[in-house]
This record gives sequence, C-alpha cells and structure tokens, in this order.
Amino acid sequence: MRSLIGILDLSTEEIDALIRVAEDIIANPDAYREKCKGKKLATLFFEPSTRTRLSFEAAMYELGGNVLGFSEATSSSVAKGESVADTIRTVNCYADIIAMRHPKEGAPLVASAKSQVPVINAGDGGHNHPTQTLTDLLTIHREKGRLCDLTVGFCGDLKFGRTVHSLIEALSRYTGIRIVLISPDELRLPEYMQNKLGSLDNVTFTETKNLEAAIPELDILYMTRVQKERFFNEADYIRLKDSYILTPEKLTGAKPDLSILHPLPRVNEISVAVDDDPRACYFRQALNGKFIRMALMLMLLDIQ
Amino acid sequence: MLVNPIKNGIVLDHITAGRGMELYRILKLNELSCPIAIITNACSLKMDRKDIIKIDGNVPLDLDIIGYVDPGVTVSTIEDGDVSQRIHLKLPEQITGVIRCKNPRCITSVEQELPHTFRLDDPENRVYRCIYCESKAK
Ligand SMILES: [Zn+2]
Repeated sequence: MRSLIGILDLSTEEIDALIRVAEDIIANPDAYREKCKGKKLATLFFEPSTRTRLSFEAAMYELGGNVLGFSEATSSSVAKGESVADTIRTVNCYADIIAMRHPKEGAPLVASAKSQVPVINAGDGGHNHPTQTLTDLLTIHREKGRLCDLTVGFCGDLKFGRTVHSLIEALSRYTGIRIVLISPDELRLPEYMQNKLGSLDNVTFTETKNLEAAIPELDILYMTRVQKERFFNEADYIRLKDSYILTPEKLTGAKPDLSILHPLPRVNEISVAVDDDPRACYFRQALNGKFIRMALMLMLLDIQ
Repeated sequence: MLVNPIKNGIVLDHITAGRGMELYRILKLNELSCPIAIITNACSLKMDRKDIIKIDGNVPLDLDIIGYVDPGVTVSTIEDGDVSQRIHLKLPEQITGVIRCKNPRCITSVEQELPHTFRLDDPENRVYRCIYCESKAK
C-alpha cells in the first residue's frame, strides 16, 4: 500500500508511467469508464479548496467510482477536536483511497502512517502539493513531448511559492534542464534550494530581475502570483508588481512555441489579453489535473 | 587529576570541551543511582581540551542523542576492567524527542501526542529537518 505525500516520493520512472497512463486516458477515455467501479474516494478537506476537490471528485467519477467526504473542517469531527489519526481510522472503514487537504504542514504524512488505504496529499498548508506538480509535468509533456532538454523560466514569488519549489525539484531529476529564476530581490529562490540546484550536474540555473529580457530564450514560462503581503512596504510592492505581470507586449520576443503555465487561480499576474494567445496553457493545465489524478488513483489502487 | 578506573560501565570520551554538562543533562544522568564522574577540560592528544563522562554501571544510553549533541564522542563499554566495545559516533540519520519543531504551521503544533522527529538532510552543515514540515531544526 502506497501513499503520495511529496513529489519526490515518486521516481522519474513512475512519473513517466503516470504521464503515459494519463495520455492514454485522454486518447481512449472509454477504456477507463469502469476501472474504479465499486471503489470509493474520500475527499477530506480540512480547509476549503474547491478547485482541487472538484478535480479529484471528477477524476474518480470518470473512472466509474464514487466519492464521499467533507469540504471544510467546520462540518466535521475535527471541529470537535479529533486528531488526524482518529479521523483516518474512521474513514478507513468506508473508503478505498483518500485525498486529504489540511492547513497544517505534515498532516497527510501523519494520516498515511495510520491509514490502511492510500493517502494522497491534496495540499498541506504552504508545504507540499504533489498533484499540482504532476499536473504541471503532464502539461509540459503534452505541450513539448518531453521533460528533458528544456529552458524553464519561473517568474514571481520564488521564495514562498511551493508549486515552484516542487516543480523545480521534480524537473531537476531530468537531463538538460536550464532554469531561469525571474523575481525581485525580496522573493528570490531560498538559498538552500539554490545550493541544491548548484550541486547538480544535469541542471544549470541563472537568476534575473528582468522578465522581458529573459523571455526570448524560454521554452516554458511558469508564472506565479506576487502577493502584496510578502513585501515590507506598499511602495516596494507598487514599484515592482508591474514588472512581473505578463502582457502581450512582453511576449514580443518570445519563441513561437513557448508554453505559458500558471497553477491558478490567477489574480492579475497574467493580463487577460494573453489568454487568447495559443501559447497560454493555463486553462488546459486545469484539465490535465483531472487526467493525472485519474492515472495516480489507478496506480495507488493497483488497477491496470 | 585522578578518577578511579571503572570495572563495569561506560566511558564517553572526546566530548568537546564544555559539552559534558550538556550531555549529562540531556541524557538525564542525574536520574541514575550509580557513581558518575564528569571531567571537564582534560588534556587530550587529539584535541586541545576535552570533557569525559565515566559511568560506573551498565546503563542503556541513547547513542543517537549523544551523536546529535556531539558527533565526535567515543563510547567505550567497560567489562571486567577492559574495553569490550568502542564506538565512534557520527551524526544520526534520525532523532526523535530531542528537539522540538517550532514551526507554528506544523501539524506538531496542534497535535500534542505526535513525536517530534527530525531527519538529517545535510550532514556537512549539520542540518536536520522536521519529518512533517521539513523546517530546519534550530
Ligand atoms: Zn515541523
């Protein structure tokens, strides 16, 4: 019995296999409609995240299974002070697989240690969110046909952005990856992550503050939100925020086959004028999230 | 300075000078009833100064805790006046119940029953991280 807590729990071979299955589901959806017949997914959302929960639930329904669970802690026994371990023991009586979101970091790890059925971390505070990373990887693979030999730009909040850290960790296991870190000084990638990247032979990275100047060399541009509360003062935020908003003008020098990704929800870091550009992948990315979750549940339930 | 040799017991040698009392406290040696000698600032061939702890009695010690506090320590077991086993410690891969996670967003901050476990992430810089939230141990 296996769980998925962080993206590095999966080997690159397993990630490649998940991508193959997801792409097969996209090509032959009918072959998968009854794969999880009689199986139940419990979505335990101790904090609300409609987008992620709907993606998991749609994934299980499309595999012919059923879904039960709760969407916020106020409606559950947690509100009465029950521990994660006790909640999991109870849910184990009803479900074949669990997707869990929790505001506290490490809660899904605690759950997986107690659970008799697979636990998928659907986000634990600002820590891990492996199915988002799998979604990003599937999107890159579908757009580019490979996960190696790519120049990938990460733009915005590289300090606190967990989706960025986790995608960088996942990609840095492939060959020929060039990473371009684009952020203001206040939101640079943490030093320990830079040190880790620096120690790898298969990855090179550069840092810049200038989005527009970095764009022409990129195959992938991964945008994230620059949040006001991350700055010490409003003046710095106002001075910097426009530099990290993607507009059609900034895309003038971009490659014709650039892929623009964003974990969503977006606020204003990508101008809506970019949405109609065929290089904008972020809405296709959301759909990919459902397919990779289908592949993941099949793998964890050991269904071929 | 002379401390009588022990017949059956444990000697913690090559303790970094000044860490002896810290180890004494962390290992809760004050709770033992057997004779214990702590020698501080002893002369050493390998190091300038060192601390030594001699425990006259065979008591179980958590080597991971000693390795975490001071990885250079040598632990010798004495039987019938002779050294029967000598272990050179190193940083333990994992430690439980020695340090606490101080990250307020960590699950351990709300669930009191959970053991506080840390895993060695970077031996060179002695970095340990909480197994739940991956915060660095301070
Ligand atoms: Zn922690």
